[in-house]
Amino acid sequence: MGVGIEVRGLNAWYGKNQSLNSIDMTVPANHVTAVIGPSGCGKSTFVRCLNRMHETIPEARAEGSVKVGEMDVYGDGSDPVEVRRRIGMVFQKPNPFPTMSIFDNVAAGLKLNGFRNRKQLHELVERSLKLAALWDEVKDTLHKKSGASLSGGQQQRLCIARALAVEPEVLLMDEPASALDPISTSKIEELIFQLKQHYTVVIVTHNMQQAARVAELTGFFLMGSLIEYDKTEKIFTTPADKRTEDYVTGRFG
Amino acid sequence: MSNSVPPSTSQQVSLWRRLTDWGATGFAILAAILVLVPLLAIFIYLVIKGIGSINWAFLTQTPKPPGEVGGGMANGIVGTGLILCVASVIGVPLGIGSGIYLAEYGRNRFGDVIRFTADVLNGVPSIVIGITVYSLIVVRQKHFSAFSGGVALGIMMIPTVARATEEMLLMVPNMIREAAYGLGIPRWRTTLSITLRTASAGVITGCMLAFARVAGETAPLLFTAFGNQFWNLKLNQPTAALSLQVFTYAISPYDDWHKQAWAGALILILLIVGAVAAVRIVTARGRLKGA
Repeated sequence: MGVGIEVRGLNAWYGKNQSLNSIDMTVPANHVTAVIGPSGCGKSTFVRCLNRMHETIPEARAEGSVKVGEMDVYGDGSDPVEVRRRIGMVFQKPNPFPTMSIFDNVAAGLKLNGFRNRKQLHELVERSLKLAALWDEVKDTLHKKSGASLSGGQQQRLCIARALAVEPEVLLMDEPASALDPISTSKIEELIFQLKQHYTVVIVTHNMQQAARVAELTGFFLMGSLIEYDKTEKIFTTPADKRTEDYVTGRFG
Repeated sequence: MSNSVPPSTSQQVSLWRRLTDWGATGFAILAAILVLVPLLAIFIYLVIKGIGSINWAFLTQTPKPPGEVGGGMANGIVGTGLILCVASVIGVPLGIGSGIYLAEYGRNRFGDVIRFTADVLNGVPSIVIGITVYSLIVVRQKHFSAFSGGVALGIMMIPTVARATEEMLLMVPNMIREAAYGLGIPRWRTTLSITLRTASAGVITGCMLAFARVAGETAPLLFTAFGNQFWNLKLNQPTAALSLQVFTYAISPYDDWHKQAWAGALILILLIVGAVAAVRIVTARGRLKGA
């Protein structure tokens, strides 16, 4: 089951440039929450702060409080590796491990963390590929083909399966469909809709129609600040803030 | 709107383009041939000069005393293998290890110092490395040894392997590392099992280049492995090596030894090519479709 996310006073920097200003946001469990905004508004930085990926970039740092379920992400003694194991991430460009088979791609997160039970490993790989709606397309070539041999849309679903295999509680998706064609995109969107039964999903998107289609809640970011955060329908029909209205009606960005 | 491509406005342009195309392609083919010519020339000459002296005795016997006809370089073949094993055991892990440091952790001043040192070490004449190992190991142990020869060649392998590993790791896109971090895989595990694995084909090529380069080295072995007329399989004893034997035989006054020197050189090249090919075949086996 998914868990909720509580963000309080989150600030982030790249070197001396502050890219997030005191973000407060509450993401409910087992919902899909979209993060929208123009390029460079900090929406990617925001989700990368949730699983401490932000700090892997040289000179990048973040401060504030992020609670994912019971876990204090930035608390004393919090281990970023453990945080990332419990908060899965899907990136903008499909990034399967090119030298690994399809099976090994999905199993990587478990195997490389010392998971040794082979029978259970097979079950988890199959379950994850089925959840990601990729099983039928790859079940005959699991060990024969490289992850890089799949099409772009299949690769992205493989990356989703890979993230699901480690059984996270939250799934972060950073523009997961922006490099895909419309058919692959609709498959991914359908998938996101299914996933929320088991996971809490936060999705960054450039595409406002996509946010409207998949998300119950939407947050609008502008220049590192969360301008407005509400039910998706409200954001797109009767936003409270003028800047949100300008953005969703296409007047800028 | 018409979908057709507008016709070429000038026949001259297209002729000029075709000529440039032919010219550039021709130059590239010519350059490729020029690269192949010396290699093939050396190889063919070696085969002509050496093949006549390769026989069962040459491959299985130790040298005969000076002046006597017959005998072989079996001990040299084994000795070269022994020395190269020691060299690889030293050079490959240290080289790959420092390459990993340079690429994944060494983007700083200390890394720059190591990078510079490795490049300088790469340019140090092999005889200087031989003298250094001589004074560090041979003088202290008071005798020549296969081990010291292996150390000298191993040291020579390190910079080549390290820089090749670094270059190959840097070519692995950062998003591959991010994918691994995102799965909660620790950094050291990511480096070894994801990044290095992704770059493995190039890293292996680097190791083979370093191996092939030191396999024929003679100078550093002159006062380390020293050479030996008899069988030796002990690491702490002076050892024959093909390159040393070729050198000794080539400058000797005996006709039969001159012929054997050619044969020894041919065997040395065949062994290097064989070893590189074997590694290629073994490592290509596990490759997947579309990888």
